[in-house]
Formats: sequence, C-alpha cells, structure tokens
Amino acid sequence: MRSPTIDQVAGSVFAAFSLLVLWESRKIPFGFMAEPGPGAVPAILAFILLACSIAVVIGGRSGKRVAELQWTEWRHAVAILGMCAFMALALERLGYRLSIFIALLALVSIAEKKGWIAGIVFAGCFSFGSHYIFGTLLRLPLPQGPFGL
Amino acid sequence: MIETLHSLSLGFATAMAPDVLLYAFVGCLVGTLVGVLPGVGPLAGISLLLPVTYGLNPTSAIVMLAGIYYGAMYGGSTTSILMRIPGEAASVMTCIDGYAMTQKGRGGAALAVAAMGSFVAGTLSIVALMLLAPPLAEFALRFGPPENFALLVLGLLVLAYMSSGPMTRSLTMAALGLLLGMVGMDTMTGLFRFEYGLSELGDGIGIVPVAVGLFGISEILLSAGQDTKRDIRTPRLRELLPTRREWRESAAPIGRGTVLGFLIGIIPGPGHIISSFVSYSVERRLSKHPERFGHGAVEGVAGPESANNSATTGAFVPMLALGLPSGAVPAIMLAAMMIHGIAPGPMLIQEQPQLFWGVIASMYVGNVVLLILNLPLVGLFVNILRIPYSYLYPSLLAFATLGVYAVNNSVVDVWIMTGAGLVGYVLRKLEYEIAPIILGLVLAPMLELNFRQSLAMSAGSYSILFERPIAGTMLAVGLLLLFLGMRPILMQALKWRGDAGLEPAASGERKENP
Repeated sequence: MRSPTIDQVAGSVFAAFSLLVLWESRKIPFGFMAEPGPGAVPAILAFILLACSIAVVIGGRSGKRVAELQWTEWRHAVAILGMCAFMALALERLGYRLSIFIALLALVSIAEKKGWIAGIVFAGCFSFGSHYIFGTLLRLPLPQGPFGL
Repeated sequence: MIETLHSLSLGFATAMAPDVLLYAFVGCLVGTLVGVLPGVGPLAGISLLLPVTYGLNPTSAIVMLAGIYYGAMYGGSTTSILMRIPGEAASVMTCIDGYAMTQKGRGGAALAVAAMGSFVAGTLSIVALMLLAPPLAEFALRFGPPENFALLVLGLLVLAYMSSGPMTRSLTMAALGLLLGMVGMDTMTGLFRFEYGLSELGDGIGIVPVAVGLFGISEILLSAGQDTKRDIRTPRLRELLPTRREWRESAAPIGRGTVLGFLIGIIPGPGHIISSFVSYSVERRLSKHPERFGHGAVEGVAGPESANNSATTGAFVPMLALGLPSGAVPAIMLAAMMIHGIAPGPMLIQEQPQLFWGVIASMYVGNVVLLILNLPLVGLFVNILRIPYSYLYPSLLAFATLGVYAVNNSVVDVWIMTGAGLVGYVLRKLEYEIAPIILGLVLAPMLELNFRQSLAMSAGSYSILFERPIAGTMLAVGLLLLFLGMRPILMQALKWRGDAGLEPAASGERKENP
C-alpha cells in the first residue's frame, strides 16, 4: 500500500483539530447569527478550517508522499526541543544561570560532541555573561535559583 | 507638501537624537549580520531579537527593528555574491550573476553595485512611503467596522493568494492562526475562552512566543547538524569600484527594480522575495543580450537587489497607514508596536507623529549608515561565517528563551515557544507556509471585533458588509481571488462529477464507449 500524501495527512490533522475546537466551543455561548456571542467566531473559524482541511485533502491526492520526506536532522531536533522543555521546567526552579548553563553544556558537549571543556567554557561564559548584561546592566527580572544563582 | 517637509523635519529631529541614532545603527549592524548568516533570515532575526526592544522607548524599538529588516536585505547580498550562499530568500536571484561576477574577479564590483542599488532603491522608496502613507491613512479614517473587517479579510486572502503553493494550504494556515487568536478574554463580553484554568492565557496567546517559535526555533531545528566548513574569500577595498560601463548598465535596472519592488512590497505576501524574482525576469527580458544572464550580468545583481530593498519599504505602507501587516515581518513589527502600547492604524500618524516621522527619517539615516557600513566592512561580515553553527545555535536558543520569558516573566510562554517551534518545524518540513499563521494571530482580535461591531450597527443584517461601497468592493475583490485560487479544486470536483456520470457531457461520452 502506498503511503498517503503530505496534504492528506496534514489535512486530516487540521480537520481533527477543527472538530476538537468545535467540540470545545459548545461550552461558550454562541448567541445568534444576527447577534453573535463569544463562541460564534471561534465556531465559524473552526468550520472554515474544517472546510479548508477537506479541500487540502481533496486537492492533495497526487502530491508528495509522506514516505519521501527526509528527517535527517531529527536527532538534533529532538535534543533542541528537549532542551527547550528543560528550560521551561527548570528556569524558575534552578534559576536563569544554572538552567542556561546546563542546557548549553548538554547541547554543545553531548549533542554536538565538542568536548566537555569547550562546553563548560562556552556555557559558563554565555550564561553568566548574558545574566550580567540583561539581569544586572539592563535590569531584566531574571529568575534566581539555589545559592542566588 | 510643505506640511510633509515640516513633519519630516520633526522626524529628523527625533531620528538624530543620540539614542535613536544609536539604535538605528545597532539595528542596521545586527540586520546586516542576520542577512549574512545563512539560515537566520530577517523573520527569524527579528523574532529572536524582538525581546531586546522591551526596555526601549517605542520609537527606538521600531527604529531598531526596521533597521534589522532592511539591514538584512543589504547583508543578504554579501554571501550570495561572494559564496553563492543566499543569506536570506530574497537574495537567491543575486547568487546567479553575483557569484558569476565573483568567479570572473568582479565580486567587489558586484558588491558595490548591490550596495549602491540598495541605497538608491531604499532612499527613493522612502520618499514614496512618505508621500503615500499619510493620504492613505487619511482615506482610511473614513473606514468604519464593516470596511475594517473587509480590509482584514482582503489582506488575508491576498496573502493566501500570493503565497507559493495551493491557496487552500495558505487559507488553512490563516484559519489556524485566527483560531489561535481566539484564545483569551472576549473583548465584548469579558468571557474567557479556551484558557483551561491558565491565568497566563487570559490575555490570549502571546504573539512573541508564537513568532519566536514558528520562525526562530523552527529555523534552528531545520539547520541544526549542518556544520560545514566554508571557503571564505574577501575582496580588497580597491576591487570594490565598478567600471564606468558597469555603472551605466546598472542605472536603469536600479530604477526599474525600485518601482517594481515598491509596488510589489505594498501587496500582502512575501514581497521582498517575489520582487527580486520579478525584477530578474524583467531585466532578462528587456536586455539586448539575455544570454549574458547567468554568466555575470551586472543587471542581474542591480535589479533584484534594488527591488528587494524597495519592497521592504513598500511593506511599511499598509502597516503604518492602515495598521494592516502585509506579511510576517510587518506583523511582528506591528506586535512590537502593540507591546509598547501603540495602537496601529490610520490614527497612528495623527496620534504619534513623532514615531511615524521618526521611523521615516531613521530609514534615510539607516540607508546612509548601511552604505558606509557595508562596503568597507565587507571582510568583517563575511568572517562571521567562520563561527561554527554548533556554538551559534545554542546561543540563539538561549537568547530566544531569555527574550520570551522576559515578556511576562512566565514559563507558559516558554512552553508556547517550544510548541510553536515543533509545529513550525513540522509544517516547514511539509512545505507549508507559516507566515499566514502569525498574520492570523495578529489580526484575529481586530477581525472579530469589527465583524461583531458591524452586525451590531446593522441590527444583525449581514448586508452591511456588501452594501457599503468600500467594504463591498474589497470583499468582492477578495471573493474573486478566492475563486481564482480555488479554481483547481473546483475543476477537479467538476471532473469527478463528470467521471461519476453526473454531468450531461460525461454521460454522452459513456454512450460513445459503452
């Protein structure tokens, strides 16, 4: 069996999303067509998205297939997204300097295999240097972690 | 005219203030760097650097962001000409003849022509912006909610029509962006929608985390792991002077590129990219020796480079005069204005003359700065490419996180950035345009408010949207574009009907082939 086309997969995902929005919109007062309430425009937009998604699926029957896509950079992508998630989790727990230090060290030394010393020097300079510029000089309220770091 | 000159003098007084001048210079410098670095286009660059402007006053912030935008157009040509690496998409056409000139030992001259073309186009297009934006804004003051609604719908439809790829894809992206813009408090009733108990979502999904994620993080995700060593050759200063013949051959393409670029830039869509492609085709068609194109024709550098700079300024016309962004970069700049408490729209020129004319005047200054900065420092900029990407992208990532967090001191924004980064990465892999998402997100609250206010004005009658001449015309043009864009699908549907035997013609065919 041939793999589906990109548009068939993407269109189906968008259609599912629009249905989800429609389902969630039922909790918000729709009002009337002549006097729309807060739920009306989201519901209308979800219908438009559903219609467009169906059109994408129909129009994309002969397009590029999902199996033809190359995901060569996926390891890096997972590492980077993982580090973004780590920063979101750690920023207010470990503080700015420590979270950025760990994230940069992991990316440079583990994901990019540049060695631990290079990673520590780079991550240390960046995390403490950027904190000094933005936190101390420009007075951006950056989160602090244990030991005032 | 005298009023315009008086306002411009007010603008120059603002633009020449030391702090504004400094930020114009920083914007131009950073923009050039953004343009030089492949993979970090003006969109990703502005998204990533937007948080830096939070601490600035609104004029300095917009001046700096504008500097990044047009600075990137200047910088993009450098690596295209010297290394055949387009720093950003609008410089793709410059690669062809610019690099061919470098191979013939005329790389320096190509850089000079590109810089001079960019300067002339940039300056002339600012004159056009200055003359066009105020009357356009004055005209737009007659707009009520139905006209505003029609204008926003038309803007989205033109963008979808102009996008590469099928219109249905772009419309899907725009609808997705509009839906994201529905999160948060309803402005007319105060009711919270789709906030799921997260107080941070009460004000809606932030434009900054979505823009940084969609453009900045997705760019990093796509380019990660591509650490390639590059052969870097920098021209000497004395090689930068074009011959008299090269100047003569460049003059008309610069003029044509300026006009074309400005007109294309006003229309919603990726004007700076389209204009360089159109300009290249026009120059090739008008040339007496089209066979020279692709082998180092100086017109192939002068035209597209002038066009993409002019288009950048053209994009400011609807943004400053109507509050309507014509693409993703103006949308982000509009978001920056909102963050600084400035309401974009036709009233901007009257309510914030210092900002409007200050930005215009700073563009004149910025163009001079870029001309002075670019040619002598070309060697320095090219050396930026020696920074290994394995160190560059972690820095960009950390910087993006810092900036996004700093908007509201909220990790929810960092999560939104991460999610938007993933979505942007997947969509770009699938070759979907992501610019309509950000445009939809920016326009959604205005679109909804104007739609509901229109119906309130007409006691619920939808005819108000079509009966008023300006709104009716704009919606009719929008519907025409929608029809033109959807024609392939309609034709396919008709073919299926025919195949299924629902059309008389098809049944006739069946009779012939029982």
